[in-house]
This record gives sequence, C-alpha cells and structure tokens, in this order.
Amino acid sequence: MLSLIKKVVLGSGILFWVVTSFAQSLPPYNPVTQERLLNPEESNWLMYRGTYDSHGYSTLDQINTENVDELEMAWSFSTGLREGHQAPPIVNDGYMYVSTPQNHIIALNARTGDLIWRYVRFLPDDLQQLHPTNRGVALYEDRVYLATVDAYLVSLDALTGDVIWEQAVEDYYDGYYMTMAPLIADGKVMVGVSGGELGIRGFVAAYDAFSGEQAWKTYTIPAPGEPGSESWPGDSWQTGGVPVWVTGSYDPELNLSYWGTGNGGPWMGDTRPGDNLYATSVVALDVSTGELKAHHQYHWNDSWDWDEVSAPLLIDFQRNGQPVNGMIHPGRNGYLWFLERNADSIGFVDANPYVYQDVFTSLDPVTGRPEYDMTKKPGTGYEATFCPSLWGGKDWPPAAFSPKRRLLYIPANDNVCSIMIGEEIEYRPGRQFVGRGPSENGGFMIRPGTNHIGELQAWNVDTGERVWTATFPDQNWGPVLATAGDLVFMGGTNDRYFRAFNANTGDVLWEQRVNSGVNGVPVSYTLDGKQYIAVQAGWGVDAEREQNLLNLVRGESHRVPQGGTIWVFTLSD
Amino acid sequence: MSKKDDRTGSVSRRTLIKMGIVTGIAVPIPALSQPPNRMRPQLGDFIIFDEGPNLGEMVRPEMLELNQQPVSALAKDPETDTVRDGSRLNRVMITRIDPNKLTERYRDNTADGIIAYSAICTHTGCDVINWDRAQLRMACPCHESQFDIYDGGTVVGGPAPRPLAMLPLEIIDGFVSVAASFRGRVGFTQQF
Repeated sequence: MLSLIKKVVLGSGILFWVVTSFAQSLPPYNPVTQERLLNPEESNWLMYRGTYDSHGYSTLDQINTENVDELEMAWSFSTGLREGHQAPPIVNDGYMYVSTPQNHIIALNARTGDLIWRYVRFLPDDLQQLHPTNRGVALYEDRVYLATVDAYLVSLDALTGDVIWEQAVEDYYDGYYMTMAPLIADGKVMVGVSGGELGIRGFVAAYDAFSGEQAWKTYTIPAPGEPGSESWPGDSWQTGGVPVWVTGSYDPELNLSYWGTGNGGPWMGDTRPGDNLYATSVVALDVSTGELKAHHQYHWNDSWDWDEVSAPLLIDFQRNGQPVNGMIHPGRNGYLWFLERNADSIGFVDANPYVYQDVFTSLDPVTGRPEYDMTKKPGTGYEATFCPSLWGGKDWPPAAFSPKRRLLYIPANDNVCSIMIGEEIEYRPGRQFVGRGPSENGGFMIRPGTNHIGELQAWNVDTGERVWTATFPDQNWGPVLATAGDLVFMGGTNDRYFRAFNANTGDVLWEQRVNSGVNGVPVSYTLDGKQYIAVQAGWGVDAEREQNLLNLVRGESHRVPQGGTIWVFTLSD
Repeated sequence: MSKKDDRTGSVSRRTLIKMGIVTGIAVPIPALSQPPNRMRPQLGDFIIFDEGPNLGEMVRPEMLELNQQPVSALAKDPETDTVRDGSRLNRVMITRIDPNKLTERYRDNTADGIIAYSAICTHTGCDVINWDRAQLRMACPCHESQFDIYDGGTVVGGPAPRPLAMLPLEIIDGFVSVAASFRGRVGFTQQF
C-alpha cells in the first residue's frame, strides 16, 4: 500500500515523489563500484548495453529456445508519457531505473513494479525538442546520472531520488541538447551533445562523478591550427555540428572510450568542402584526459545526414585465420565496418554493404575511404536520390553480439531511399541549420519492386558473412538484446509486437503485442534466481516520422498509438 | 540577443510563480519583471522582418505576396525601438492570405490579408519554418506536423496537439502592427 507520497519543489524547478513504504521492502542499495562496472553480474543490467563492450548480451539462459513460448507478463508500469521511449531499464539488485521522454526517471522495485520514486524535470518553455526522448540513466556508487534535453547533467541519490548536483553542460538556447545515457568509467561521467541540425559544435565532456566538476571537454571539430582543422573551410568549424548522441564503448585495457559522431552541418556537404573531421567517424578518447588518440572516418563530407553515432561494438574477431583486436560498426551509411583497435590508431579491416547502397563506388583497400557516385550526393540547388535513406541502414537502435554463437544481430532497414536538395541557409543561434529544400513526398521513396523494409540480420563476425535475415513489411526501429538462451529479443515494428527470435535461425519463437511500438532497449536480469526480460514500449520520434512518410507515399493513414509502458516478462511458474 | 530567458538554470518567471503557488512562499515582484525584449508582442508594436532581403524593416502589407511561404518576423516597440527578440517564443511567421477564404471567426485577427502565427510548434517547440506550397500549410520540419493557415492554424497532420497561436494584427500608418496579445498558448506543453 502506498503509505506516503512527498511532493517536493527544488530551487531549479524540479519535482519528485517518494513512496517510502516500497523502499522499505527492498534490500539495502548495493553501490555500483568501478569493479562492478568492469565485471557486471549477469543478474544485473548496470549500463546502457549491459557491458562496456556494448555487446547487448546477457549470459542468462534460463529463458531459452525450449521454453520461451511460456513467457508471460510479470508486471507492467505506465509512464503516463508520450513520445519515444528508447531507454533500457537499468537494474541493480532489485532496483530498476527507467528514463523517459521529458526527462523523468522512474525508480521501481524490479520484482514487483512498485514505484520507489520519480524524478520530473521542469523543462523550459522555450526549449525545442527535435528528438523528444532519452536513452537511459547511468549508475555509479550510490547515484543515478541523467543527461537532460535542456543540456544539463544531473546526479541523484539512487535510493531517494534527491538531486545531489546538476551541471550545465551547454546552453540549450544555442541548440545543444542531450538524449544519451552517460558513460561512466574511472570516476568520470561522460556525455556527448546533440544538435547537429542546430549549428552546434559537438563535443564529449567528462565530469567528476562526485563533485560534478568538468574534468575534460573534447570537441569533435578541431579548432584552427589543430590536427584536422584543414578539413573545415573558414569559420564552418564553429557551427559544423558533429554531435555525439549515443553512449560510447569503453576498452579498460587501453583506457579508451569509443564514440560515434554525427553529421556535419548544414546537411549539404558543399557548404563545408573538405573531409570535415571528425564527422561521421569513430573517435577514441582517453578516459583520463579526453585526448583524442585515434579516429576512423566512415565517410567524408557527409551530405546524406548519415550520423554514425552508434558506438562500435568491441569484438575480437578472426580474419584470414588471424585474430583481430577488433570493433564492428553497422553504419548508417549501409556498410558493415570491421576495424582494428590499438592504443594509438584505428585500423581498417574490411567493409561491405548490408543493405542496398548506391552511393559508394569503391573503398580504398587500405584505409577504407569510400569513393562516391557524385550524382548520388545532394548539394545546394542539386537534388539527388540515394539509398539507403537519410535514416540509413541502421539508425541509433543498437545491434547486439552473441559471443556464444559469434553472431552479430543488426536491426536494419532496407529498400528505402531519400530524395534531397540543398538550399542556402544562414546561421542563427539555436535555429534550424539544415539547409534542406522541399522534395516530392517529403523526399522519401520506397525502391520499386521490393517487398519489405525492416530486417533483423545475423552476421558471423569471423567469416564476415550473413547467416540469416528476418524481414518485416515496414520499418524497424527495434534495439536488440541477445542472450545465452540462444534468443534475440527485439520490437521496433509498427504492429506493436515484441518478439523473441531463435538466435541461430531467425525464426520467431514468441511474440507479444503490447500497447505501443517498442522502441526501447531490451534488457535481462534475475531476482531470486528467476530470469526477467524488460523493455519499454512507446512509439515516437523518427519511427513515427518514417511512418508519416510511409503514409504519405502510400496514401495510407496508419497510426501507431503512443504512450509509454515498461513491460517485464518471465516464465510462468 | 539575451539568452537567459525561460530556462531552468536561471529559474523562469513561470517556474517562480509555480514555486510560489506550491510552496506558499511569496515570490518577490522584481524577480518577475521582464526586460522589454523578452516580452511577448505588445499592443501597438510594429512587425519587422526577421529574415530575408527586408531584414529589420517594418512590414507593410504590399511587401507580402498572396499565399507565399510565411516569413519570420518579430515585434518592435515603436517608442523605444526595442526589438522583442529576447525569447524565441516571441517569433511569428507572417504571410498574406485571401481573407475571404479564411474561416470567419479568425478574420478580425488579420489586417489587409496579413496573418501571423506563432513560429513555435505546439508539439515539442520546434520552429515551424517549412511550407507546403501545394496545400498552403505551415509545416514543422521536426516531426511533420502541419497547420492550416486558412483555419486558424488548425492541426491537419502530424503529432501536434493544438493549433498554432495566432497574433492579431492591424494596420497603423500603413504598417502592420500588433492588435492584441497572442490568441492561444505559445509553444509546447510539458507532460507530467
């Protein structure tokens, strides 16, 4: 029973509720030490992708191919909010933390679904939310960390929800905002900023986890005189975008964090001739100092809005009989990139398209640098059609890797293309700085003669070959969880199903229709020896935008209901 | 442009009022005062162009052509020459329409066919800067919401929950000016 609710207003306009009776039934909070982050127990899900290597893999196998059809709901919890619910439920010994659009954090009893506390951020009236979502909280010691859409980093008491400190990361009025789950290592909370459509200069910054003081800040666009600055003409570096809006991976042996970077701004590459380092790249940042140790640019002078913000999965793989200390990135540009990670360099191994891609004509066999079919590169006053669409072969929804099966699972979209033309645009602080002109059907096109869009692909990382593909008629915006039970969990489709696939064959073994489309990152955890699968449903943001464009080109009016719900499943007793 | 307006960090006017209501603590009146450039468009303000070749010039009806893409505009205090550019919520999009085709209840808000809507989308607060030339609709580039300029900014597509706020206009000495405060709430509404 709900015995006490406190409603508190803090100085910066923040409300939270505490329900003390439920907190009393929980065990003492188990602080999340650096050791635990390095070696998380399989019973918990302590960070965005479960582990620093971003595998999105659970070693739990109680739920498996033999019994998954007995999966049923344990509990659910309505967030009461609309828009894109993309965050994973983060679980620590019975405590679950879920972030939502509008920057709420909901702390729950992971066993029962009872509310412990809820943090609600007052957002400024003049804020613009191009991406009304949040992709998760981070845990460290006895605290919870949230990166906010008004560009603050907030540290809260994990047990009570009390705000301990909040730090302005940048000024939202100039177009900066944050949607990612922070990455915590070496006592530092690392965050990147969004705003590639608003004329920002992107960066990753680290803050002392206890004091909130900034430890370092590394821009993704070099200033004049710095290495790479020659790839930006004039003053374009100041407003060139290159956001970082998905959580990085971390290699503790190299003490390097790996971050994917987004598009240059404005969108048309001819407004900023040059390679535009370090846009559409992976950058390796020293966690202690922020020093940029290495980079690999997937494609130069982006003109397609192909943010490469998904962090590479740190996977050691085989090539030609030799082990590679590697990392793998299913690119938004439609190529699957195999790279080698070293202390001071990132090497190119190989890359091949995993969806239909008609822009690259070749890759340099040594560097991986692509050559373009320039007729497919839109520019100012020049309209081009290109595939995949501006959302790419894979947007932000994370892929997963099963070390047990050596398979990489990619939530892909194929057979959709974009039509884009650039128009001149003047920079004004905080205003849209895209420079895209109007095109027919919103610039969206389905390839003639094709029969599906969404895919879940499985690739053997050692052979570089595709093993199976599951297809869906419409778009797929589903983050992926792989488990040792030889299962792959994913939602993402506009029919509101959350599914379990056979990890070896792609066959659907279980599916549950839920309240809304599932755009959340699925996780797994155990309590008292019982395995659970948890995920947020809540359709919105680009999944909805793509639906609007599908409706436009098809003359349909299919609408996916909105509204967030946390769903938790387990085997029937 | 002053940048500390409605943000969390500096505690907005609205937040202060809420704090006073919830906590019962009196909020000092000076804290609620606003610099004139942050105030919403006021009765008698002139409208000036905020972009394009006539940037900064006061708008005269003949400067706008029928059913063309709305252009960004701001209000200017004629007594102090203060441009109300201190908040993005003050920005409007103006164009010329055929008043006979406008839904009747909104006709008093236009002047010589000039109509002004808030530039801020009611969905998540983006700038409504796109234009569907074929259907004469204002459109938001963020999430595809569309608004019918001939029906009071009514939502005709996408996720926006409310019409765009309309700024009533009149003509003073040949110039487009503000006839009243916004009709409708400007901007998005946060969910709780």
